[in-house]
Amino acid sequence: MTNILQAIDVRKAYAAHVALSGVSLEIPERSIFGLLGPNGAGKTSLIRIITQITAADSGEIRFRGEKLNPKHIAQIGYLPEERGLYKKMKVGEQLLYLAQLRGLSRADATQRIKAWLERLDLKPWANKFVEDLSKGMQQKVQFIATVLHEPSLIILDEPFSGFDPINANLIKDEIINLREQGATIIFSTHRMESVEEMCDNIALINRSRKVLDGPVGQIKNTFKTNTYEVEGKGRLMVVHPDFEVLEHKERENGFFYDRIRLHAGATPNDLLRYLINNVEVHAFREQIPSINEIFIRRVQETMPESLVEEVTQ
Amino acid sequence: MNYKFWLIAQREYLTRVRKKSFVVLTVLVPLLMAGVFAFVAKLAKSDDNKVDVIEVRDDTNLGLTSRLPTTEQLLFLPAAGSLAEAKQSFQKSKHDGLLYLPPNLDVQNPQGIQLFAKGNVSMRKQRAVENALNKTLSDLKMQQSGLTQEQLDRLRSKVLLTTVALDEQGQEKSSDTMATTAAAYALALLIYMFIFIYGVQIMRGVGEEKSNRIMEVMLSSVKPFDLMMGKIVGIAAVGLTQFLLWGVLSFGASSLVGSAVFGGNNAQPVATAATRSATSAETDNKQTAQANAANTRPETAMMSGRSAIFDALGDLPIGMIMGGFLIYFLGGYLLYGALFGAIGAAVDDQTDTQQFMFPVTIPLILSYIIGVSVILRNPDGPIAFWMSMIPFTSPIAMVIRLPFGVPLWQLGLSVALLIAGFIGTVWLAARIYRVGVLMYGKKVTYRELGKWMFYKG
Repeated sequence: MTNILQAIDVRKAYAAHVALSGVSLEIPERSIFGLLGPNGAGKTSLIRIITQITAADSGEIRFRGEKLNPKHIAQIGYLPEERGLYKKMKVGEQLLYLAQLRGLSRADATQRIKAWLERLDLKPWANKFVEDLSKGMQQKVQFIATVLHEPSLIILDEPFSGFDPINANLIKDEIINLREQGATIIFSTHRMESVEEMCDNIALINRSRKVLDGPVGQIKNTFKTNTYEVEGKGRLMVVHPDFEVLEHKERENGFFYDRIRLHAGATPNDLLRYLINNVEVHAFREQIPSINEIFIRRVQETMPESLVEEVTQ
Repeated sequence: MNYKFWLIAQREYLTRVRKKSFVVLTVLVPLLMAGVFAFVAKLAKSDDNKVDVIEVRDDTNLGLTSRLPTTEQLLFLPAAGSLAEAKQSFQKSKHDGLLYLPPNLDVQNPQGIQLFAKGNVSMRKQRAVENALNKTLSDLKMQQSGLTQEQLDRLRSKVLLTTVALDEQGQEKSSDTMATTAAAYALALLIYMFIFIYGVQIMRGVGEEKSNRIMEVMLSSVKPFDLMMGKIVGIAAVGLTQFLLWGVLSFGASSLVGSAVFGGNNAQPVATAATRSATSAETDNKQTAQANAANTRPETAMMSGRSAIFDALGDLPIGMIMGGFLIYFLGGYLLYGALFGAIGAAVDDQTDTQQFMFPVTIPLILSYIIGVSVILRNPDGPIAFWMSMIPFTSPIAMVIRLPFGVPLWQLGLSVALLIAGFIGTVWLAARIYRVGVLMYGKKVTYRELGKWMFYKG
């Protein structure tokens, strides 16, 4: 798989603090990439370098193998976390203006605006002033403005913050749709649950450094602890050198819930065989860590104890 | 300048020009001007048409009543009876004044002369009566010293002063101080207003983009410099449009009102005179005189009035003034506009702008105040020279000097400095701007601004 974007040892410092200290990333074509990290980790700094709002102090960004330059602006769509519109402009005019600034011709832009407004049920609002729109509708307009010029790389910074659930779902579907049409999407967020279901790859940034990256499934595998959840009926008294009970809960009517870790060399089938011989098994599944858990664990490893609470909020 | 820059300037221009407030203001101001003009014209007309009739109760035995000269403004009539009776009949009459000349009036030291009127007496009327009395008394004294009327007439010569300015080449240019002063004053006011009104619009516009949170979207498409300059240029175009429309509409409306008040052909020149009278109180007299002349000898006076005004304006270095005005207009606006833009970018909250506005506006206000007081009086003095060289004050200081004539080398130097000045402020503003526009929730200090200068791209 080729990369649409590659960051090589990117550094950026402001007067008072270091925002990025040597971050390298590879973002594959046609993927949804999650850029994760607590607030102030350096996500937005990295994004502003990719969108050419600021420049890196050192290091390089390559867009499809080419050093990032102003002509790439037309191929990138950006929805910032701090986002807004000109309130005194009409919806149609505003979209036309923003699209033209992205290098779209007037005719093309007009046509696409029409299609998008129809698609997101905003057509009757085309000639209304932005300030007369509800917040949800303004967000839709912002989203249209981001993707109107059909960028091959779409960067969404906290895209769902402030969206109501209906609009959030709508946008989610549109994002997946765009990926199917060939776009690559970078998601920047500190809300992990939205990432888990959508992202193919992630990178974790903490305190100006990348602490983890890779395909979501692979990362989860790496962080597996060989722990299994078991639910069943009967009296489970594990006395076995291969297994270790981490947690045991008695439930009503003789039911129980256990978390059991396998020691090295033991397979899940060994545990299952042992269980079948002793109790009635109702559920048996591997406990796979959520991105959130991985994130917290990783942050704890790379950070002094005192700061962990702050990060995990 | 590139395509995106023009897109931005175009948006800034169109959104403002299409606003209701712009349309309303553009129509309203000329109407207001026309209203003021109509009022002034009406007053001037009623004033000019009127000959003040002054009754004279002459208790001297010098026979002064018949000697008092009747002019275009004054008509003296003898009053019958004693002073008390004269007062009584004056109250009932439609006459404008009652002049009392006491008995035993000492011609050498005339005391106790009184002018009764039904309200306050205007300075002009008082002076006219005084002049008439002075002339009469001095004639009388000269006759008493044995001169004949013929000798008297020969003694008196009528002086009309024409002021002539010599330029550097020693060529004569007749200068009309009134027209020059009025022109200088008007130009200074125009530039001052333009910079202030539209500079603040730039600041607000930038602040709006910041508080709207659209800034980051914009900056991912365009360079901060283009965004800033696009706004500045777009708003400049709005200002020019507004002034142009005001000019055209004001002239049109005033002409209409003028023809309504004065009727027919008279409208145009009188309109010009009256418009000028609005800018300078002094011009009033001149205009009145012209209108007076117009009343007595309509055809010829009209012609002479027209030519006098156009002569006076024509004597000014019009080309230099227009060209210079445009340069200083734009140069000054760019210089200050960039700074206003930087202020808008630096602060989060419009209410925080005050601390930064103050030092920026001080040179502007100072140059206006000193301009219309000191420079207008001494347009070639050292203060005038230095203030017309410093880029922050030259837009106003120099346009005040322009109608009086400025040596070319000074003009060249001043323009060069102004261009250097605005390149400097634009550069400075751009550096503040690109950092400031994405800076939220931070109260900015001067120290902070200083640091921003040295941030890398």
